[in-house]
Amino acid sequence: MRLFTLLLLLSCSVHSFSQDCNNTLYGSLLDIHDGSVLTGATVIVAQTGVGVLTDLDGNFVITNLCNATYQFQISHPSCSTKAFSILVKDDTQKTFKLEHHLESLNEIIVNGKTTNRATKSIYENLVDQQTITTYSSGSLGDALNSISGVSSLNTGNTVVKPMINGLHSSRVLIINNGVQMQDQEWGAEHAPSIDIKAVGSLKVIKGAGALQYGGNAIGGVIIASAPKVPLLDSLYGKTILSGSSNGLGGVVSSSLTKSYQNGLHASIQGSLKRYGDFNAPNYNLSNTGVFERNISAKIGFNRIDYGVEAYYSLFKNEIGILRASHIGGAEDQVQAIASPVPTIIKDFTYSIGNPRQDVTHHLGRIKGFKDIENIGRISLQYDYQQNNRLEFDIRRGSNSGRASLDLVLDTQTLTIDVASYISEKLTAKFGVVGGLQTNYANPETGIRRLIPDYDKYSFAGFASGDFTINQKWVLEAGFRFDYTHMNVFKFYRRSFWEDRGYDSQFSDLVIEEYGNQLLVNPKLDFYNPSFTIGTKYSFGLYKLFTNYSMSSRAPNASEQFSEGLHHSASIIELGDLQFGSETAHKISLTLQKRGERFDFTVSPFATKIDDFILIEPTGIRQTIRGNFQVWEYRQTQAQMYGLDLDASLSLINNMRFVHQFSLVKGYDKTSNEPLISMPPASTLNSLVYTNPGFKNLSIAIQSNYVFRQNEFPNTNFEVVLPESIEYIDISTPPAGYHLLNLNITAAINPDMQVGLYVNNLLNTSYRNYLNRLRYYADDLGRNITLQLKYNY
Amino acid sequence: MKTLQLNSITNFKFQTIKTMKTMKKCSMYALLAIAMIGCSDDDAAPLPINEEEVITTVILTLTPESGDQVVLTTQDLDGDGPDEPVTTVSGSFLENTEYTGAARFLNETETPAEEITDEVLEEADEHQVFYEIQGGLDIGIMYNDDQQDTQGNPIGLQIILSTGAASSGSLTVTLRHEPNKSAEGVSDGDITNAGGETDITTTFNVSIQ
Repeated sequence: MRLFTLLLLLSCSVHSFSQDCNNTLYGSLLDIHDGSVLTGATVIVAQTGVGVLTDLDGNFVITNLCNATYQFQISHPSCSTKAFSILVKDDTQKTFKLEHHLESLNEIIVNGKTTNRATKSIYENLVDQQTITTYSSGSLGDALNSISGVSSLNTGNTVVKPMINGLHSSRVLIINNGVQMQDQEWGAEHAPSIDIKAVGSLKVIKGAGALQYGGNAIGGVIIASAPKVPLLDSLYGKTILSGSSNGLGGVVSSSLTKSYQNGLHASIQGSLKRYGDFNAPNYNLSNTGVFERNISAKIGFNRIDYGVEAYYSLFKNEIGILRASHIGGAEDQVQAIASPVPTIIKDFTYSIGNPRQDVTHHLGRIKGFKDIENIGRISLQYDYQQNNRLEFDIRRGSNSGRASLDLVLDTQTLTIDVASYISEKLTAKFGVVGGLQTNYANPETGIRRLIPDYDKYSFAGFASGDFTINQKWVLEAGFRFDYTHMNVFKFYRRSFWEDRGYDSQFSDLVIEEYGNQLLVNPKLDFYNPSFTIGTKYSFGLYKLFTNYSMSSRAPNASEQFSEGLHHSASIIELGDLQFGSETAHKISLTLQKRGERFDFTVSPFATKIDDFILIEPTGIRQTIRGNFQVWEYRQTQAQMYGLDLDASLSLINNMRFVHQFSLVKGYDKTSNEPLISMPPASTLNSLVYTNPGFKNLSIAIQSNYVFRQNEFPNTNFEVVLPESIEYIDISTPPAGYHLLNLNITAAINPDMQVGLYVNNLLNTSYRNYLNRLRYYADDLGRNITLQLKYNY
Repeated sequence: MKTLQLNSITNFKFQTIKTMKTMKKCSMYALLAIAMIGCSDDDAAPLPINEEEVITTVILTLTPESGDQVVLTTQDLDGDGPDEPVTTVSGSFLENTEYTGAARFLNETETPAEEITDEVLEEADEHQVFYEIQGGLDIGIMYNDDQQDTQGNPIGLQIILSTGAASSGSLTVTLRHEPNKSAEGVSDGDITNAGGETDITTTFNVSIQ
């Protein structure tokens, strides 16, 4: 079909005569129905046979055109191929629209990329489908790590928490199929409950510009969506199978979609991941296995101008935590840190013992939309999610099978928004969001609640719009207001309550006294405005994104109410009831160049955060169990700035050099010290060979160099042992390291793809500054993964 | 919203007002729904948790064949709270005397106090008490358990403490969970290679007179 269209076009081609042929066509490609950009579409100039692909923003550039009428054939995996005739006179800018359906079954490529932009003035980073597939044996955090400026805070290698420009946890919103994940994101050792294998597209917005998702995204927003379903009669699916040498396990993931031309569609997807103990280059990492089970289903009816959809997913993950990282107190820490190898190394096993985490996340969503003339698209969404988090520690006797932490977080949200295409130039979006959240800490654990019981009510309204001034300038602005009410029931130790002086300030909050514990009922209100303004300026092959955003975030339950020993970290954490919101101001710029041979994106940013909440060590507390380091939350003035750089250069045919560099600096302006846990500078350089003509072969050699973090606050401490005074160095970052990776993929036939991925090819021993278990063990050794992907 | 309304495109103004009306209606429904969800919630106050595994108290009783008992006690009733443990030593040791010693561990946050010693005994394989002498204190300590663990290794709940000449220094008692009892020196009471996790550790300043 495609070939036929091309031949047809070629047969009527007009030869251009000698004239000035230095014109450039700047094209952009949109979906005719919803205006979403179409990436990865092929644009072929019929007269010359020159072909280009549209980039992540749906744009393409064709140079050396004459003043003449040209025929273009544009094809996209999930759209009907179409021919256009365009008169080129001087440099020309043109928007093309394709219809987002398919003509015939055999043209289906399920993973066709279609993207809706969430902001206009912030450059959005996308993780493409191929990269997502590459990381399907890992986690969401691993896949996000492939983006410049995105790093992760790890606990071992299976708990990977994404970090955007040095910020994480409550400062990074994760949107899963349109629902903001509420999975107790406050803890550093909590990874997002998302199955990477169910993700069709993944993008990152660095900063708080995407206000429809939340005003508290000081770090940024991560948006994961399921693959789109085309409007045609079809039944298709895919299965991924992979096996890895490190952890001696693998992943199986399968999905099936049935769709009809009338808009009805249903999909089901499931996956299983099982690994035993992973290993560092020189030893087994005892008790680091993982067992993940997921299922999701979607059913919907999409009639282009109206539609409904229901979605459900279950994510269940059991994760072993390195046995040697479980320590009693500072005395044990001295020993564990001094030991060059983990203090406990056992033989490889698949069984997951204590300490371990067991997380179950249910997510249900019902969404409907309708296009109404003169208003736009009205969408209504209700979602419910329940996150149950169990943490098991090493305990004595009959308690050893009992969880030490058992939290159930129920969240319901109702969102109504309106997206108006007021004119060709002006679009606006506004909406309201209401939410109710309940946290329940199960008292059956027999351990005092780390996070108290609470009810949280929230209400927000937002409005944003963009105005296309001319072909070069787009202006964008948005505003959001969040109101949060928290009704908390918290048991305080009397000694702590009095030590903090709360007894004189908040005596009216005490509702009951039980021996040395007090039941306190704080009712807190937070009012958080946020605001964003920005522009996009396009000139030739370049685009310049400029954005300023002001965002504010209410403190989370952990920052306010932590009080006591955090067993899994073996530190005493203390929150503060009196915290107010933190407010961030961020300026970000992105200069992007899309050329035929050389592409680059450079994104510097600067952030100032008032009343930034951080946790840091403040001393040692003596208990009968020994000495524990005390970490207290406090508010301060913080400043961060940095730079993300991406570049790609075509060397020769089929050969590309890809470069990435990320740098972030963060300072506490009150103490004039660097901020803790800032990602060290890192650079990624790859040589990629692709040959679409031969089995779609792709070979990539990747070099990843992570510098040593030279700026860090000194949080070392002394501990008095019976025989000596020991100085515990917990702050000095580990040395820089270099890892070599190799990725080879090829298509055996159009439906079957084989991948061979080798991580840490040279089996280098290293420790990562952002891994909380770096004191106890090296990071992962060489891992060879063989993957089979089958589309049907 | 206000700035948008000021826009000179009248058509847009009209649309905005219309949209606003719809919005208002919609948000009313949203609020109503949320309120209904909210009201169904029962606000029963949670119950306190008394931690059962906590060890608040260590008592080491040392009895000579003749003469006064020496009782060493550490009590930390708020666990990992800000109050420091309170250590008491009932008196000093006699010169050149053999004391039979017994260690007890209690959880006094419960009434009556829970005897953790029993749990330690039940899981003898996973526990061992260590005694360390510091400073010039002239004391020797030997395990004297009534019963060994299932592997024939000591638990350390009973000891014999022999004093020498008059001196002073400190005595540290440590209860380790999951120590490596087969490591070198551990069964003789040397903590150096024991590993495991510290359940309690407390130091007493004592003297021989």
